[in-house]
Amino acid sequence: MSLKVAITHRFDSFDLDVGFEAGLGVTALFGRSGAGKTTIVNAIAGLLRPDAAQITLNDTVFNSAQTFLPAHRRRIGYVFQDARLFPHLTVAENLDYAGRFGARAKGRTHIVDLLGIGDLLVRRPATLSGGEKQRVALGRALLSDPALLLMDEPLAALDGPRKSDILPYLDRLKSDTGVPILYVSHAVEEVARLADHMVLLSKGKVTRSGPLFEVMADPTAVPLLGVREAGAVLQARVTDHGPDGLSTLQVAAGTLNLLGVQAPIGAQVRLRVLAQDVLLSLEMPQGLSAQNILPATIASIRTGDGPGAAIALDAGGEALLARVTGRAVTSMGLEQGQSVFAIIKATSVAQDAISGSST
Amino acid sequence: MSLDPAGWDALRLSLLVGVVATLLALPLAIWVAWLLARRDFWGKSILNAAVHLPLVLPPVVTGYLLLIAFGRTGPAGIFLEKTFGLVLAFRWTGAVLAAIFMGFPLMVRAIRLAIEAVDPKIEAAARTLGAPPVAVFATITLPLITPGILAGGVMGFAKAIGEFGATITFVANIPGQTQTLPSAIYALLQVPGGENAAIALVLWACVLALGAVVLSEWLARRVAKRIAGT
Repeated sequence: MSLKVAITHRFDSFDLDVGFEAGLGVTALFGRSGAGKTTIVNAIAGLLRPDAAQITLNDTVFNSAQTFLPAHRRRIGYVFQDARLFPHLTVAENLDYAGRFGARAKGRTHIVDLLGIGDLLVRRPATLSGGEKQRVALGRALLSDPALLLMDEPLAALDGPRKSDILPYLDRLKSDTGVPILYVSHAVEEVARLADHMVLLSKGKVTRSGPLFEVMADPTAVPLLGVREAGAVLQARVTDHGPDGLSTLQVAAGTLNLLGVQAPIGAQVRLRVLAQDVLLSLEMPQGLSAQNILPATIASIRTGDGPGAAIALDAGGEALLARVTGRAVTSMGLEQGQSVFAIIKATSVAQDAISGSST
Repeated sequence: MSLDPAGWDALRLSLLVGVVATLLALPLAIWVAWLLARRDFWGKSILNAAVHLPLVLPPVVTGYLLLIAFGRTGPAGIFLEKTFGLVLAFRWTGAVLAAIFMGFPLMVRAIRLAIEAVDPKIEAAARTLGAPPVAVFATITLPLITPGILAGGVMGFAKAIGEFGATITFVANIPGQTQTLPSAIYALLQVPGGENAAIALVLWACVLALGAVVLSEWLARRVAKRIAGT
């Protein structure tokens, strides 16, 4: 599976000029509001005709100088920010709508179960909650037997608790259906939890793209993600749940003790470690209340964006990102290749950043 | 409420003209309303003005223009008579044509408002699910604008049974052939002692008009309920 996208489009306020590829798994299209995310997704879906574009999915040309395949012939599932259910049809009729036009999706029962919408089938969209609507919209898109699933900020219209309701369904979807997903978002925590690849977008241009773990730990991505949001994502395995509520997790560089881990022992989880919550020490700290200390090597130092410095670390082969002040860099004499200790406070790993995904 | 044979003829003819004109005009009105609501094309404002013209022109003028164009010596009239053997001037079919012209702007306005109230994003969602444009219209747009179509249809029907100026100019006032309800009332009021028969017809006109409104309200409420799904 490979989606190849190259689009140029002129707007009144800015020019869009992007090129990227997306493979299997979840590719996140990340950028602030107005970066051009929705335009790109609409162009891929065929709902917008860009000034110039070369878009192909596997062997199918969606858009080129000569061709523009209409939206209804692209076999793309699109989950919108607003669910856009058909108000005059029941949930079941909404789900089966694509079937009227020849879509032969396998496993309707499975998808209905996966999304937990079995009890809603006879109801009308007007009687559903926001989270329920979004789950039905997801099921409707999946049942069109899509070759690619586009999701344009599917959680943005929901409040915090509703978001946490839906995220587990997205996790399951990702590991269960095997449909490649292009996931548009401006919420770092969603991307950190779901995505395998990441395309960073800024003012209509792609500024960085690559595997999620690389991009999230890249010091040059810090200004794009936001100083407070930047932080590496670690792969961890749950090894123990202690009686005091602390769980032990194994990462490449050692073990971490964290609160509020729900996943069972043996499960692989993702940990999002915010750069601003990582302290650096030149020696193994003694007599410190923080329990999570990983040995690491400085891979690169980036200064120049304000008073802070972003420091990329190699912790046992995994990338970690720390943010310290420029003064600290000078006074500690930090430089590339140096061995340091990264101190992570247990409470700094937010619960909703811990994913139960088994991938 | 009892009517003489001429009164019955007028009532029957008005109903016939109203039903036929409404059924003929509705599909075209839906199409034009959709064009005006959803499409951008050269001459859109000209089409819009042309549709609304009968609403602002004096009906007698519309009737006279119809006579010039569709009369037996008019270009459209000659064409229709030669091709289909269809004669409009001074026939009940002409009354239908006059009713279509006069009711058309009312239908288009009501339906256009309904189409504009349908979120194009919903239609876009249907396209991503594999629905070709015609199917999107048939399965999404059309069901959602049914209340607007009903409202437009009733207004067109009411206009058709009440049309006077254009009808009497185009097809005259021939009892049993082109004498509709309003023409019959007008004719009765021109002769001494015709008031009683006129009042009976006036009452019937009220019943028809009210009945149409009540029926459409009832239908529209049912449809709206079905659409809202509550």
